[in-house]
This record gives sequence, structure tokens and C-alpha cells, in this order.
Amino acid sequence: MNQNQKLIELHDVSVSFDDQKVLDALSLSIRDGEFVTLLGPSGCGKTTTLRIIAGFIEPDEGDVFFGSERINGVPPHKRQVNTIFQRYALFPHYNVFDNVAYGLRVKNVPKAEIHERVHEMLRLVNLEGLEHRKITKLSGGQQQRVAVARAVINRPKVLLLDEPLAALDLKLRKDMQRELKNIQKQLGITFIFVTHDQEEALSMSDTVVVMDGGRIQQVGTPTDIYNEPVNAFVADFIGESNILDGVMPADYKATFAGHTFDCLDAGFTLGEAVDVVIRPEDVDIVAPEQGMLTGVVTSVTFLGVHYEIIVDIRGFKWMIQTTDYCGEGETVGLSIEPDAIHIMKKSEYSGRYGDYSTFSDEMEEINQIPEEAEDD
Amino acid sequence: MTDAKMRGVRERKSRTRKKGVSLLLNFPYLIWLSLFVIVPMFIVAAYAFTDASGAFTLDNFRKLSVYRENIFDSFVYALIATAVTLILAYPFAYFMTKRSAAAQRVMMMLVMLPMWMNLLILTYSIMNIIETNGIVNNLLVAMGMEKVQMINTPGAVVFGMVYNYFPYMVLPLYSVLSKIDPALLEAAADLGSGGPSRFRRVILPLSMPGIISGITMVFVPSVSTFYISQKLGGTSVNMIGDVIESLVNRVSTRNLGAMLSLVLMVVILICIMIMNRFSDEEGGIML
Ligand SMILES: Nc1ncnc2c1ncn2[C@@H]1O[C@H](COP(=O)(O)OP(=O)(O)O)[C@@H](O)[C@H]1O
Ligand SMILES: [Mg+2]
Repeated sequence: MNQNQKLIELHDVSVSFDDQKVLDALSLSIRDGEFVTLLGPSGCGKTTTLRIIAGFIEPDEGDVFFGSERINGVPPHKRQVNTIFQRYALFPHYNVFDNVAYGLRVKNVPKAEIHERVHEMLRLVNLEGLEHRKITKLSGGQQQRVAVARAVINRPKVLLLDEPLAALDLKLRKDMQRELKNIQKQLGITFIFVTHDQEEALSMSDTVVVMDGGRIQQVGTPTDIYNEPVNAFVADFIGESNILDGVMPADYKATFAGHTFDCLDAGFTLGEAVDVVIRPEDVDIVAPEQGMLTGVVTSVTFLGVHYEIIVDIRGFKWMIQTTDYCGEGETVGLSIEPDAIHIMKKSEYSGRYGDYSTFSDEMEEINQIPEEAEDD
Repeated sequence: MTDAKMRGVRERKSRTRKKGVSLLLNFPYLIWLSLFVIVPMFIVAAYAFTDASGAFTLDNFRKLSVYRENIFDSFVYALIATAVTLILAYPFAYFMTKRSAAAQRVMMMLVMLPMWMNLLILTYSIMNIIETNGIVNNLLVAMGMEKVQMINTPGAVVFGMVYNYFPYMVLPLYSVLSKIDPALLEAAADLGSGGPSRFRRVILPLSMPGIISGITMVFVPSVSTFYISQKLGGTSVNMIGDVIESLVNRVSTRNLGAMLSLVLMVVILICIMIMNRFSDEEGGIML
């Protein structure tokens, strides 16, 4: 399998539902054998993108390519992709065996071969011995495995997975993440995986596609996306970030929070306004007189491995992760290394994210992003 | 007494009270059931095994063979009418589920409309339409064509039955078809099924319960149809329902009529049981 060969390409694909633009000139190319994740908040168009590739939705504008062939208008049953649906969509009138055998029966594969391949698949997903079980008698995790087997048995070139793990509890989800990744490696199939869980995306993918508002914000490896976010949205959506307004007084210099820092970025216009991202784990707490910045600790949360503290610096609340204990109300100094400072161009997302002044619960953060985006 | 115990007692009390209430609420239905369903069946049975003077006899049973042909014809007509109704109602119900919610409501009303009208009136209006000098034939003549004999033919009887029982087929079909998750059809397409294959492998098996109940709801009244067959079939058709009616209407043959309807009831019951056996065992996958 040629790893660098483009398998699926979307060119300027746009889709609207009831005059609402759901995908806005989206372009994406996916290589053969790749594990690609579409990541973004709920409603950003992830499912719609998958459905375009599967053939359930035709784009209003733009082209879809499979290999070198344009597949606009090709119905789903003639495409070489298989889907794992958000709620599995298993056939309730068939047992496990018949569900998994479905695709082969449609293609009139000989009985003996069906038998053999179904059993091979059930072994792959650890469902041996359950072939005669009714679908309704399976647990969520088992249904998930049937869905995987039912799709993978057809040996598709591409497997589309729409939030396949969202309905499972945390422990099971971790196990399934590992299993799916193994299946993907073992079979060498291209996976296009949809999730709104950034941790899942970072840990499983070769390539992460961050989406918002029907547009792709950034495409890159998990490390790239984490270390070099292109705008405030990506920086905030992936992990925790302090995002500050800054200016670039010179190459390799950045001024923010009332201090000019050394940094590794250059090539901006002199005095250009920028967004500055600093990850909470990249800030060192030092004595106030040694700090580049000083501020007052307003809250301390113990999280086991580290403390998560909020420091008020000139009215802007920073989140900092540190292994040293600081007391609430204590004045501390902050030290930031040049390689911890990431500079981004201003974007439509500037000023919306990255201040922890309303921060109370870390669970809240992911859930609130779409609402905040709509408010502005 | 501890709190927990008190609560236990209160719960038990309220449970017995609930049981009492439900018995009280069900009481009218129990009375109704026994008075108007069970008692009449015993009366029918009693008539069937007695003669005009009220003495026990098996004569009525022996005389049944005369009506063998009528019973057979009734089943044939009922089968044909049920099959035609199913073939017409299935696509109708299916396309109904594909329309907007508002359109579905309107279509549902139109389907049910004949159910709200009196059978006699409906049958008379059908007669008006298909009579020798009825609306259809007048139209044909006006267009310069020959009249067609429609009334007093077996076809007219089937038409009348289909017309009359159509809603009873559409309703259960619509109800199962509208509950099929569209995601299942997408999954089938995703796995390589084109339209006909999706129908055969997903839609049809999932709608089996509706088909079974529709068939039952049409077949049963079809077998014992009367009046429709008299008015639309004339002398060309002699259904068992009409035979029973004429027997029961004369005092001298009332007991024989009772026996005939008792036998009909048993045969229908057997049919229903066979049908249900099918749907249970195969989990809705047959045909
Ligand atoms: N069939 C549809 N009709 C109308 N609006 C739709 C339809 N499908 C999706 N949408 C809208 O399109 C947007 C994107 O949906 P979707 O692709 O499902 O997002 P995601 O999977 O990222 O949560 C949402 O605002 C959703 O309400
Ligand atoms: Mg979705």
C-alpha cells in the first residue's frame, strides 16, 4: 500500500441545510492507510463531512474524489467505503452472525466463505461464541464490536467512524481506542474517525483535522496541532491554554502582560498585534523578585500529579500547572522560556478564548465552546 | 415503629389500595366482556347443538356438508381480497411514511374517512357508481364506448371488500413502517444493498408484524362478509356470511345458522393461530 498516495479528496465542498451553511468550501485530502480524525465541537459539520464521503449527502458545490475518480453522484452502495454509525444501526431482526454476514450475502459470496470470514471477524473483535446472540441482548461494547466487524468484513479501503465510542463508559472507551487502533494497523485500512474528544483525537490519530463552523481550522499531526496551533480556537480546543493579546516589537521579541519576552517567532510586521499562547505546564513558578511577571494566586486545585493554580496578573487570570504548592493569596513570580511562547496571527477567534477568569470546573470548558462561539 | 418500617407499611397499604382501585376501574369492562362477548358465544353454541324445540341434537352438524362450497368460496374470496388489499396498501403505507408530517396526517384522514361512514351507505354508493346504468357506464357511453358489466360479478365483490377493509390493512402497515429507523436503511446501503435488496433484507422483514396483523384484520372480517356480497355480487356470489344471515333470519333454520357460524369461528381461530405461530417462530422473517 502506498502511504503517500491520496485516497480521498474533497475540493471546495459546500453544503447547506435550510439556508444554513454547514460546510463552507471545505478541502481535505486523505492518504491511503492513514488514521485521520475530524475533531471539533458538536454541530461543526463532522458528521456531514463523513456522510459526503459515504455518499448519503451530495455536496451543493465541490468535488469528491476517490483515488483519481470523481465520485459525486455515485450512490452509497457502490462506494468502497464502510461506515460505523453513531448509534451503530445494527439490524434488530438479525443475530450477530447475520449482521456481520450482511455485506457478504449482498455480494453473493459463497456460504462456506461467508462462514469462514464471519468467524475470522468475530475473532478479531473478540466476539467468538456470540454469533447466535440477538442484537438486543448485547451490551453497548459488544454492539460496538459487531458494528466494527460488520463494516470491516467487507474489506473497505476506507472505514468511516462517527463518534463510535461516545456511548461507552470511560474504561471501555480506552480499551476500544486501543483495539480500533490495532485493527487499523493490522488491516492497513484508512480510518476517518470523528470525535469531539480532543484527548481521543490526539492519542489515536496520524493526522488531526480541527474543524469549527463548517470550516477546517488546522490539519496536522497531533504534536503539530498541540504545539503550533494556528489560531485561538485551536489553541483553546486542544488542551488548556492561556491566550493573551500581544504585539511583536521586533523579530524574536513579544510583548504581552506588560513585559517583553524573548521568543522563537519572527517574520511579523513590526508592531503587529498577535495572539500569544502559553500552555499551563510551560510556566515556571519562581520567587516574586525573580519573576518576569508577578501575580496573586486566586485558586489552587490539587489534581494528583500536579496542582492547577489560577494566578491573577494585571486582571488576566492565568492557568498554571505546577508540582510546587502555592497558597491562595500568595504573590508569586512567573518565568517563561522562549520556546514556551507560541505566537499566532490574529483571527476571528481572537479575544474569545484563553482567559480563566470564569474558570470553575474543567469539565465545563469543552462543553461551553459552541455556545460561546454563538454568543459573539 | 422506625421510619423505615412506617414507610414499608404505608407502601404496602398504598399498593393494596392501588390493586383495589384497578379492580374497581376494570369492573365495568369485566361485566361488559362477560355479558356481551362470552355469554353470546355460549348462546350461539347452545343454539348450535339444539333443535327448534330446544332438545340436544347433532343434526345441525350433519347438515353442514351442504354448505361446504359456500365456506370454500368464502375463503377463496377472502384470500383474494386480502392479497389485493395487501398489495395496494403496502406501497401506499410506505410512501405515506416518506411524506411530510402534515401530508401524512391528511393522508391518514383520507384513509380513515370510509371507516367513519355507514357500511350500507358506502355499499349503496359503490352500487351507484358501478351499476349497469351507473356513473362509470354513463361516462363510458358518453365517451362513445360500450357499457361494461361490473355489478353482480365476483370482481365487484372483491372490489367492495378491498374498498371496505383497506384502512384496516394500511393502519398496521403504516405503524410498523414509520417506526423503521432510517439509519438501518443507510447501513444497508453502506453495506452494498441497492433499493430492491434493502427492501427484501431490511424493510420487509421489519414490517412483518404489521403485515401479519393487517392480514388478520382484513382476512377475518372478509371470510364472514355479508351484505357487500349480496349487494355487489347479486346471485353470482354466495358467501357464507350471507348464508348464515338468511338461515338465522328464519326461525326454523336458526339453529343451523348458529352451528355454521360456530364452525366458521373455529376455522378462523385456527387460521389466526397458524398465522401467529409463523410470526413468533420466525421472528418476523418469512416470505
Ligand atoms: N439533515 C439535516 N437537516 C438540517 N440541518 C442539518 C441536517 N444535518 C445536519 N444539520 C445541521 O448541520 C450542522 C452540522 O451538523 P453535523 O455535521 O451533524 O455536526 P457534527 O457531527 O459536527 O456534530 C448542525 O448545525 C446541524 O444542525
Ligand atoms: Mg455528529
